[in-house]
Amino acid sequence: MSEETKKMMYINRKAPYGTIYAWESLEVVLIGAAFEQDVSLAFMDDGVFQLTKGQDTKGIGMKNFSPTYSALGDYEVNKIYVEKESLEERGLTLDDLQHLVWEDEDEDYAEKDSIRLVSRAELADVLAGQDVLFNF
Amino acid sequence: MKLTIQVNEGPYQHQSSDTAYHFARAALEKGHEIFRIFFYHDGVNNGTRLTTPPQDDRNIVTRWSELAQAHNIDMVLCVAAAQRRGLVDEGEAQRNGKDATNIAAGFRISGLGQLIEGGVQSDRLIVFGD
Repeated sequence: MSEETKKMMYINRKAPYGTIYAWESLEVVLIGAAFEQDVSLAFMDDGVFQLTKGQDTKGIGMKNFSPTYSALGDYEVNKIYVEKESLEERGLTLDDLQHLVWEDEDEDYAEKDSIRLVSRAELADVLAGQDVLFNF
Repeated sequence: MKLTIQVNEGPYQHQSSDTAYHFARAALEKGHEIFRIFFYHDGVNNGTRLTTPPQDDRNIVTRWSELAQAHNIDMVLCVAAAQRRGLVDEGEAQRNGKDATNIAAGFRISGLGQLIEGGVQSDRLIVFGD
């Protein structure tokens, strides 16, 4: 494995259960966490639905994988960008999303928010600063 | 330039595996190096040797196998995606008690780490899919 560190971003653009992209994206994030890269996630378009709280999949007979997002902080995945316009276009606010946190070991394990609400223009700047984009 | 190519869609249903193939050939012709081609999601279906398209159509799987052989390209099917979709090599058949294999020549089954490594080791990661 290379010792090089790259800025890697996983872009999530699709609703969670209509297709498997959301779940198989999360699987890449969890495996990729072992590679000690500078990882961030972005949720935009219908991808913002992946983070909504209170998901109940009993009616469709599929596994509810949404609790897995709350484990990302333990994998040191703590930069989660959510695009503001995508939320607004779907009638959602931050309150509709899970409260995702991570513990900062440099500050006595203080609990910090993982989600960063950014505008479309701000997210474009974040994307431009990445080395590798995984697009799901 | 060193490239890793990710293919996210299955053959025939979607143009992206065709586009990925033509891109790979064009890149090689221009003198670029392909570090790896990683097949994910339904893209793993590009690696079944049991496909039988009509004779007047392109054979997408054979085309990949020939490209891999001609240029010694590492072509990887994601193991988690392959298990869900029934792509099986000898090792997977033994591990999971399956009575057959279907992986095509030039492909191997391995983990998602191979995709991450491709992103780390290559100058560009190029994704084909929706």
